[in-house]
Amino acid sequence: MRGVARARWAVGAVAVALVAAGCGGTAGESKGVVRASWGDPQNPLEPANTNEVQGGKVLAMLFRGLKRYDPKSGAAENMLADKIDTSDQQNFTITLKDGWTFSNGEKVTAHSFVDAWNYAANLDNKQKNASFFEYVEGYDKVHPASGNATAKTLPGLAVKDDRTFTVRLRTKFSTWPDTLGYAAYSPLPRAFFDNHAAWLKKPIGNGPYTIDSYHKGSAMRLTRWDAYPGPDKAQNAGVELRVYTDNNTAYTDLQANNLDLVDDIPSTQLKNVKKDLGDRYINQPAGIIQTLDFPMYDPNWSKPGLEKVRRGLSMAINRDQITEQIYRKTRTPATDWTSPALGEAGGYKAGLCGDACGYDPAAAKKLIQDGGGLPGGRITLTSNVDTGSHRVWMDAVCNSINNALNNDRACTVNPVGTFADFRNQISEQRMTGPFRSGWQMDYPLIQNFLQPLYYTGASSNYGKFSSPQFDNLVDEANAESSADAANAKFQDAEKILADQMPAIPLWYQNGSAGYSDRISDVTLNPFSVPVYEQIKVG
Amino acid sequence: MGKYVIRRIGQMVIVLFGATLILFACLFVLPGDPVGSLGGDKARDPAVVQELRERYGLDKPLVEQYGNYVTNLVKGDLGEDYTQRRQVTEVLGPKLQNTAKLALAAIVLDVVIGMLAGLIAALFRYSFWDVLVTLLTTLAIGFPSFVIGSIFQSQFAVKLGWFPLISDGSFNSLIMPAVTLAIIDAALVARLMRGTMLEVLRADYVKTAVAKGLPRRTVLFKHVLRNSVIPVVTYIGISFGGLLGGALITEAIFNWDGIGFALVTAIQQQNNPIIVGVVTYGVAVFVVLNLLVDLLYAMLDPRIRLS
Repeated sequence: MRGVARARWAVGAVAVALVAAGCGGTAGESKGVVRASWGDPQNPLEPANTNEVQGGKVLAMLFRGLKRYDPKSGAAENMLADKIDTSDQQNFTITLKDGWTFSNGEKVTAHSFVDAWNYAANLDNKQKNASFFEYVEGYDKVHPASGNATAKTLPGLAVKDDRTFTVRLRTKFSTWPDTLGYAAYSPLPRAFFDNHAAWLKKPIGNGPYTIDSYHKGSAMRLTRWDAYPGPDKAQNAGVELRVYTDNNTAYTDLQANNLDLVDDIPSTQLKNVKKDLGDRYINQPAGIIQTLDFPMYDPNWSKPGLEKVRRGLSMAINRDQITEQIYRKTRTPATDWTSPALGEAGGYKAGLCGDACGYDPAAAKKLIQDGGGLPGGRITLTSNVDTGSHRVWMDAVCNSINNALNNDRACTVNPVGTFADFRNQISEQRMTGPFRSGWQMDYPLIQNFLQPLYYTGASSNYGKFSSPQFDNLVDEANAESSADAANAKFQDAEKILADQMPAIPLWYQNGSAGYSDRISDVTLNPFSVPVYEQIKVG
Repeated sequence: MGKYVIRRIGQMVIVLFGATLILFACLFVLPGDPVGSLGGDKARDPAVVQELRERYGLDKPLVEQYGNYVTNLVKGDLGEDYTQRRQVTEVLGPKLQNTAKLALAAIVLDVVIGMLAGLIAALFRYSFWDVLVTLLTTLAIGFPSFVIGSIFQSQFAVKLGWFPLISDGSFNSLIMPAVTLAIIDAALVARLMRGTMLEVLRADYVKTAVAKGLPRRTVLFKHVLRNSVIPVVTYIGISFGGLLGGALITEAIFNWDGIGFALVTAIQQQNNPIIVGVVTYGVAVFVVLNLLVDLLYAMLDPRIRLS
């Protein structure tokens, strides 16, 4: 009898194990929900504190601002804004549309914006994107470069009534309204200020989704908000963001049909991705450009005549070959200093760099000789090598330069172990040769690629390039009353960069994504974030 | 015995302080500003950076930073991390649980499979089973864990669908990573077990026991097994400590949200509070396990006196 009982128990155990195993693959798959890869956000999920793509994914589903960038064209279109009026490109009156609420029922009013912006700009709140408000008058009072804030709120902001507020800028900035699609300008409900800790646990916004549950470090579930008042309602029942520690694992999971969407194809899989996914693979320009900046604070690089050397170096780089062989076309050779992701409306115009960005080793050699040769006879490229494939492309660029100059020792690579150290060396101006610089746009406007990077004294002008002509053109562009006229001026400013070559444009970075056959209508917006609300399931 | 334990605990505290101090000093001399580089390629607002440096006490000298850290550590407070600005204990809590789960499952497999295989190989020396164990353990030691893990995934998860491909919190999803993690250690345990057992089998006291006419089973369990297990216990203790410290590769392959991966991410971001937290915990686990192993010795071998 004992033997029989034992056998029965064993059969039972096997049956349980089999049932459990059978269920394993399908657990967690719910109807109409998009299962997408995610990474742990690198900041608290506050709109003005998020400047990387993982937190950006959540904000894109959770918030709608005054403007929204069209996912296809990148053009800024009114969302919550009914109209934004100005007569002098400096004082703006913003009127809100009626009928918008947060998902907790609170109405979105002019206060929702002004309070949020004041919070973002105030130094005490230590928001990473505070500098977006530097154009607003009185920013230096709430956010002084040193010392304590002398005001709590931005003097340039004023609420007129529930649906109207005014903004006074420090200087003329004609395309300023088009920057308002950035997440940092999102409105915030009272709950954000009244119970901040609870809000951070489960953020509340006014976008097409609401957060169902948030398990930090593993997953976030978002559900379609059925009462969402906007025109871009979610086409799926919800989105499940799953944290993957490794993009290779996410890719395997996609192939096993356990995941619907990955937005970062691992580089080791690039050679298989076409075969694996066919037309379910997206590879399109993102608003990211990589450049090699010259230390213009070093007289060896800035003295007259050296522009020839700088242009020559640019022409010695075989961009086509490097993007093809190292990056398998996930980078596009750059022909200007902005990004195709801007679209024509944003001010992108291919080829502004002209011949200087084309590969011509003979002309490169001649130009460098005409300019007096490389400073000290040789150059060193510097970058951090702890992430990306920086080491690989730097070697390739050096190779390309050495071949053009017929000198094996003309160009060498100086790898820096950590990003923090690299950043430190840059900010202390210790560079003696070209160094890597990457720029990811904040909003799809040509202004964002030029002013913060090459204007005299600008925050990310690491090479300390300074050209009064360039600065004038930027100022003029900002004072223009139409976007087209402003773009034309900015493009003129780019031509000065082409002459002076303070930074060599290398390539535009692409955004990539792959998806399962369970979903359709997958697109990436200009920030390489999937447009989740448009995805259809089944 | 009681005195011995107290003395060892005293030593442990010193080791813990020494290890964290060295780590602190190392992180301190690392070039670059961990807070200043948080913004990626974009320049950080200097005023915000200054505020954050003050908030995290990075503007203070090393000695003071360490002093603050120790005072908080005693209170069970590991500080706030640089990225999401959450409490380190809150960030690491669930990850520690996950790692512990995996480590426990792996060590159980280690012990059962490894000791059994070693036992059989030693008892039936040069038999088919012995050769098989030698062969399998050679293979197991030779294969890197990412190869084993990937093979498991493609065969058992994708092709056969027996197990979930990656961790989904279920017991089922624990099996593949645990086996992946256990394989190498189990092989080493098997070899160690076989070696020491063969040695003990030749020992005089075993011959004596057999000559006295004790039944084979008594000789085996009371004399042979008990004595050959001592080096194995040492090895398992150390290996368990290693497993509890997080298994980066296995965690990454199976998307296991443990502290191994947390540590690597933290190092890349120079997220020092997380690094210090993980290492402090790792050191603590290691010294505690060492003490337990030493106590186990005394229980297994009465000749060893703890004093």
